[in-house]
Amino acid sequence: MALRMWASSTANALKLSSSASKSHLLPPFSISRCFSSVLEGFKYANSHEWVKHEGSVATIGISDHAQDHLGEVVFVELPEEKSSVTKANNFGAVESVKATSEIISPISGEVIEVNTKLADSPGLINSSPYEDGWMIKVKPSNPAELESLMGPKEYTKFCEEEDAAH
Amino acid sequence: MFLFSRFFEELIFTRRFSGKSSKGFKMSISRANDLRLPLMNLIRLKGTPILEQLHLEERLLRASSENWCIVNDGTNVPTIVMGMSGKPSQLLELGPVMKDQIPVIKRFTGGGTVIVDKSTLFVSLICNKDDVPGVQPYPRSVMAWSGSLYGEVFGGVNGFQLRENDYVFGDRKFGGNAQSIIKNRWIHHTSFLWDYNVRNMAYLKLPSRVPQYRLERDHTEFVCRMKDYIERSDFIEKTVKAVGKQFAMKQVNLEDIDSYAKGEHVKSTRLLTMEELQEAMSGTTQSA
Repeated sequence: MALRMWASSTANALKLSSSASKSHLLPPFSISRCFSSVLEGFKYANSHEWVKHEGSVATIGISDHAQDHLGEVVFVELPEEKSSVTKANNFGAVESVKATSEIISPISGEVIEVNTKLADSPGLINSSPYEDGWMIKVKPSNPAELESLMGPKEYTKFCEEEDAAH
Repeated sequence: MFLFSRFFEELIFTRRFSGKSSKGFKMSISRANDLRLPLMNLIRLKGTPILEQLHLEERLLRASSENWCIVNDGTNVPTIVMGMSGKPSQLLELGPVMKDQIPVIKRFTGGGTVIVDKSTLFVSLICNKDDVPGVQPYPRSVMAWSGSLYGEVFGGVNGFQLRENDYVFGDRKFGGNAQSIIKNRWIHHTSFLWDYNVRNMAYLKLPSRVPQYRLERDHTEFVCRMKDYIERSDFIEKTVKAVGKQFAMKQVNLEDIDSYAKGEHVKSTRLLTMEELQEAMSGTTQSA
């Protein structure tokens, strides 16, 4: 079973590599690893969501590592504008490969915008996890929560250790 | 290792000096082995309505912190069960469904649409991710694990495999599965087509998203009956035995569930109303 999982992971990596030409879609300051990309300037949760904090707005999505492991996303359930999200609690779900998977909010705050494109194009989460696949924009209620999130290098190491453990 | 040996010695000492026979000695080994495995609570149901079963599963997934194996030997009436994102207008022949008053449920897990009845066998596994080391809380990883587990159940049955996320004998599907993954837990549940009524398949449309191996076959050409491959009781017992190799099993009665799952939880499994089905048929809403 371990060999099958390794083979599956390798196949996915090759698929990523062969379609890595889409890496031109990623900003030039990305850290590119064998299996997934991690961007500078973002913060990451151990549940694989990312946060991009700009001024009073924090944009949230799921990482390239997460979308790769989830498989093709076919449906996304997101909260409504003006609802609240709470750090470490789920705010929505994605469906992929017959599974619903919770999305956990890395910070607390008020939802000020939802990516409505994901309703018709959930695959944006796979093709552009850090740009067009963003999920919600939040007005943080406690910006200090961002301090406890991982930076790019820490998150990269976290992903490598998590994959190596299985 | 030292602590385990010491514990085992004490267990044997207690048994020997309490006057127990060698049978007690064998029980000590079994119990000592079980203590190394995570606990799995086993609930056996028969003919439980599928809506009730799904409500129970969602409750145990969200409000319990233990592992669960639920086996339901058939459900009471033919019922259509759609995945979280299912749209009735796209998946169901709504005219006949409403005319024949077939219940339609939207469940909390992903995946496709099935019609289940008294011939269907249900097996659901709810696990803490830390109790299944080597399995990441992602769909394909969980499914690889479950495929291996059922490989043990069907060992020797020609053609069994997990194929593009379906359980098949050869190129014919006999089990539909789906999952839900939350923070530290996941559920993998399956409806096994022990037998089915061809007429019931007519309530389902050909879905737009199908596995490649299906080609363009309709339901009757695509699925097969599990009863042609294995005895019903044999399947249930082999499944429990396969799970028991990875977990220490403990039978739990449904009446005792309240003590295991407390507090409020999100309830997303529901029965669609006739009004929703009518609106879906008339195309006035996309939300059902």
